[in-house]
Amino acid sequence: MRISGARIGTRDSPGRLGPIWTFLFRYGPPRWTEYVLRNWSGQRLVIAIPYTWLLLFFLVPFLIVLKISFAEFSPLGRPPYEPVFQWLEEGALQIKLLIGSYVYLFNEPLYVSSWGYSIKVAFFSTIFCLMLGYPMAYAISRAEPTYRNVFLMLIILPFWTSFLLRVYAWIGLLKTDGVINNVLQFFGIINEPLAMMNTSFAVYIGIVYSYLPFMILPLYSNLEKHDNTLLEAANDLGAGPIKSFMRITLPLSFPGIVAGSLLVFIPAVGEYVIPSLLGRTDQLMVAKLLSDEFFLNRDWPKASAVAIAMLLLLVVPIMIFQRFQNKELAAAKK
Amino acid sequence: MRTQGLFSKTMLGFGFFFLYVPILSMVFFSFNNSRLVTVWDAANSPTLKWYAKLFDDSAILSAAWLSIQVASMTATGAVILGTLAGLILSRFGPFKGRAILQGLTTAPLVMPEVITGLSMLLLFVSLEQLFQYLFGWQFDRGVVTITIAHITFTMAYVTVVVQSRLASFDDSLEEAALDLGARPAKVFFRITVPLILPAILSGWLLAFTLSWDDLVVTQFVSGPGSNTLPMVIFSRVRLGVSPVVNALATIMVLVVALGVILSAILMRRQEQRRKREEQMAATG
Repeated sequence: MRISGARIGTRDSPGRLGPIWTFLFRYGPPRWTEYVLRNWSGQRLVIAIPYTWLLLFFLVPFLIVLKISFAEFSPLGRPPYEPVFQWLEEGALQIKLLIGSYVYLFNEPLYVSSWGYSIKVAFFSTIFCLMLGYPMAYAISRAEPTYRNVFLMLIILPFWTSFLLRVYAWIGLLKTDGVINNVLQFFGIINEPLAMMNTSFAVYIGIVYSYLPFMILPLYSNLEKHDNTLLEAANDLGAGPIKSFMRITLPLSFPGIVAGSLLVFIPAVGEYVIPSLLGRTDQLMVAKLLSDEFFLNRDWPKASAVAIAMLLLLVVPIMIFQRFQNKELAAAKK
Repeated sequence: MRTQGLFSKTMLGFGFFFLYVPILSMVFFSFNNSRLVTVWDAANSPTLKWYAKLFDDSAILSAAWLSIQVASMTATGAVILGTLAGLILSRFGPFKGRAILQGLTTAPLVMPEVITGLSMLLLFVSLEQLFQYLFGWQFDRGVVTITIAHITFTMAYVTVVVQSRLASFDDSLEEAALDLGARPAKVFFRITVPLILPAILSGWLLAFTLSWDDLVVTQFVSGPGSNTLPMVIFSRVRLGVSPVVNALATIMVLVVALGVILSAILMRRQEQRRKREEQMAATG
């Protein structure tokens, strides 16, 4: 439905398809989008409203973070950094860009280990989510239509309840005198309580638990669209269930796997709440490092440098995700 | 096929067990008399005493009230901006800067919260300095800054919901209205809005929930004295489990479950009525 001024041409500048365009549309009913573009002077205004908001409150803040990441830390200042741009008395603009904060990021062992740990945790959590979420999405997509909606509702329902409280629930399960240890000891499976709180295990559990719906939903919406006749044909031609799964279902569900994995991986790298409540105290994740640097040390330049580095790390996954998102929307349009 | 089906069904069962056991155990232990929460005090339980304590807890109650205010303002603002963005992206055709708008609306969906929080705070600090310099007026961080930050990251969700709803039907009704001489603004309010009303409603609820639930961004942009509910909960549970939090969680789970079930029933009714009407139209 979208008219494209550049490719097809408009009434005033017919473009490549000139004569055909004129023949078809000159005296025909106007497309409403074109009508709006032409006649509604308020149209620019309408575009300007969300645009201005996002530029001011989403893009500009990043530029400020970028600027401050190059500033010099001054612990007693309010705000605690030296100005980056400064008008000198002679009317010259002085720009001081310091890369000290970035150098620190790559040299300080605490930082290097946090980066490695965050990426490792996010990566393996994504794998675990996929291993649990894929069969679940598959089973839902094969279920009877009436059950399917109930299952989907059950997947979405925890998502509507508080994230913080769902993470909190795991404290009660995992702690030394928590539910899991009590049950295992009651049945005599273990004698000593297991130490599960404040371990990497607890962080994996927390992340997989919280992000599982984000893995299942894109996978489901992909698997649901699969054409069953392909599997029947494979079956007729003598392929076993495992072979036809590996050769047909799995490759077809690749876009769903990518979308779900990115929806888990990207926020997991920057996860703050789960490691703060369940995780190790001797090994920080990057988000905790950022907030400690900001709130405890008041070192705004370093916190900003951590944010910029995290953004650079995630920019490729984010762009891949956006491409998939746009493709999904384009597919829904057809 | 059968083994594969069995495996995936087992995993489905296990997955639901995994998803619901923590929530159910939280609910269960909210009725426990013992302060130790997870050690069941069989002699004096079940009890409602933690619920009584909860409704006496002025810190939690005032934080909840603040969160409701912030979340409803956020949801309303996010719905207005997000619907406009969704409409522009799916109906306005190509214009300069469309790709940038598309990027700006989807990026907040996956942006780690610490980055959003930090960048918003630094913006507000810069604005404070600017206002101080220009007007000599100091504004305080609090409800307004929290709401602005929340609108910014929740409007992306509304945009996606509205955009996918708009993509699911074509614009023939809108075109017809324009042909009949309606002004574009009238077309929007009389045709487009009623058609996408379900998406607008679910976008509002989604934005409300996300704002109600947000901890990280809020921690950055809130000022002294403006503590939202997640901030109060976080400071309590950092030190371990607390039976009052279990009681609060139970109430929240109950409200959400009722809401989801109710909306499912309503949607089903509507669907059935629509089908009946279609049938009557076909036969009549």
